[in-house]
Amino acid sequence: MPWETVESPFPAGSYYLSGNEAAAEGAIAAGCRYYAGYPITPSSEIMERIASRFEEVGGVFVQMEDEIGSICSALGAAWAGAKAMTATSGPGFSLMMEAIGYAAFTETPIVIVDVQRAGPATGQATRPASGDIMQAKWGSHGDYQVIAQSPWSVQEMYDLTVRAFNLAERFRVPSILLAEEAVGHLREKISIPERLQVYCRDKRPGAPPFGTEAPDGVPPMPSFGEGEKLLVTGSTHDPWGFRRTDDPEVHERLVERINRKVLDHRSEIVEVEAYHAEGELELLVISYGFTARSALFAVEALRSEGKRVGLLRLKTLWPFPEGEVAEMASRARGVFVPEMNLGQVAGEVRKYVSCEVWSYNQTNGEVIDPRTLIEEMRRIL
Amino acid sequence: MARDLAEYLRPQVKITPFCPGCGHGILMGLVLRAIKDLDLDMDQVLFVSGIGCAAWIPSPHFAADTLHTLHGRAVAFATGAKLFNPELTTIVISGDGDLASIGGNHLIHAARRDIDLTVICANNMIYGMTGGQLASTSPLGAKTSTSPRGNPWRPFDLCRLVAAAGASYVARFAVTQPLSVMEAIKRGIETEGFAFIEVLSPCPTQFGRRNQMRSPAEMIERLMELCISLEEAEGMGPEELEGRIVTGEFVHG
Repeated sequence: MPWETVESPFPAGSYYLSGNEAAAEGAIAAGCRYYAGYPITPSSEIMERIASRFEEVGGVFVQMEDEIGSICSALGAAWAGAKAMTATSGPGFSLMMEAIGYAAFTETPIVIVDVQRAGPATGQATRPASGDIMQAKWGSHGDYQVIAQSPWSVQEMYDLTVRAFNLAERFRVPSILLAEEAVGHLREKISIPERLQVYCRDKRPGAPPFGTEAPDGVPPMPSFGEGEKLLVTGSTHDPWGFRRTDDPEVHERLVERINRKVLDHRSEIVEVEAYHAEGELELLVISYGFTARSALFAVEALRSEGKRVGLLRLKTLWPFPEGEVAEMASRARGVFVPEMNLGQVAGEVRKYVSCEVWSYNQTNGEVIDPRTLIEEMRRIL
Repeated sequence: MARDLAEYLRPQVKITPFCPGCGHGILMGLVLRAIKDLDLDMDQVLFVSGIGCAAWIPSPHFAADTLHTLHGRAVAFATGAKLFNPELTTIVISGDGDLASIGGNHLIHAARRDIDLTVICANNMIYGMTGGQLASTSPLGAKTSTSPRGNPWRPFDLCRLVAAAGASYVARFAVTQPLSVMEAIKRGIETEGFAFIEVLSPCPTQFGRRNQMRSPAEMIERLMELCISLEEAEGMGPEELEGRIVTGEFVHG
């Protein structure tokens, strides 16, 4: 069976770690044994932790010449059998876009941690933002899917990195952890479990590696050196990997499957958490990442004043939790989406709800102060 | 292709995709002959290529694991596969534009790291697949679809570039020197460390027709005229060397 229970390679217990350190430990626990990266603030501590820890666990680490080389070498290692990863921030994430599309089209599992900083361009390298949400989904050309999660704590930098690997391997898809600088550099207590569940690659020798009977299936994934004589290509290909660049049916079927294999399995992928969200609400706050910490504080403050407000926290951003958002919003008079960008998730929420949606957008490189949110929510109410 | 090489080719592939007179078909046969001579197990050989005509030499033709990557990134993909599974004999086959222009950074850094890869660069001095545009390897004065009055820029000497970056084996030959190409590929594969073999391959379709070499035969004759050995080059002054192509082993163990 692809799911296995493994011992944590790091002794179980409570630790005081930074978010970036926790992401590195989560990767190692999930079985990551190839990491390629390039220095960039504010994600570099992930690579530094990996560089020192990989010697103990027998992983292969290489610091590449740029972010393009980093992700491409990780994709090569993935086909050689590795659970592979890279981490970066805005400018490096931009450079990785072409290879993310390649990974989606060749169905190569890869985990990318993007510790978001204030952009565009070089922007503010040491300051937090949530400006890469749309880029994570739409940054490469063509129609494809990725999985993206949004951690709000150091614990989730660990837990969701483990989950990112499991989802990448289960669905053979690029799996992105959309962290923010504030959580990457946050230090707080985390608990490392004794055992964890990891997904090991599904192998079926002789089966086609790029096609399934079902229009939304995930094919098994062999590795180089197993005698399968693999044909991997980023051009349109049939189930065996032969290029079919003039065949409209083969192209349409492949594009449909790489999208549906993610979208049809939303229930396995999407995770949200609701806080104080029972019954009818005057206002539903929809939040994610570091901002959700401030949002929860603000919701609890207003509830202590008797306001019927609740919070829906999106742990998964892509595929978008449209059903969960629609259901919760149907019980609310209005929805409020605070973000460290100019409304990237608010725009998505508007597609799935019929009530009014208010935004609060902050792009000054500061985390959103809970007092600001209390004020904004009072104004709306 | 000769019947004795049939086992190295995928049975589904019947014909090569190359234009009449293209040198890549010759190179394709020489790579397989080198592998046969070395008696390599094709199940433990990985071929990595980028984008362009030369990238189709291994993919899909060779009956081994083949990884057809993004434009310029073949060496980076190969680096990851080789580092994670050092048992794989990893051979990169791609063109000059792919390896040396868009992928130039990965090429020199892999040479610097001396990663155990064999990189075969099929150099036709032009962008063939996209319609004959100017390459960083096009000779001075060459007419291309983006240099209608002749190339105003100097070309790269790829072997000097890769040697300077620290490769363990560096050689250049033309497809008009088939035995030397085959020997160089064998020595490259046997080298522990980064091996780079530049193979000059004529492109009559895009290069020849724009540069007064209308037939494939004229291109082959011209290539034979231009290529001189390292030994021949030794006694020649800069003026005599102008426009000539020096072939031989530049770095070897």
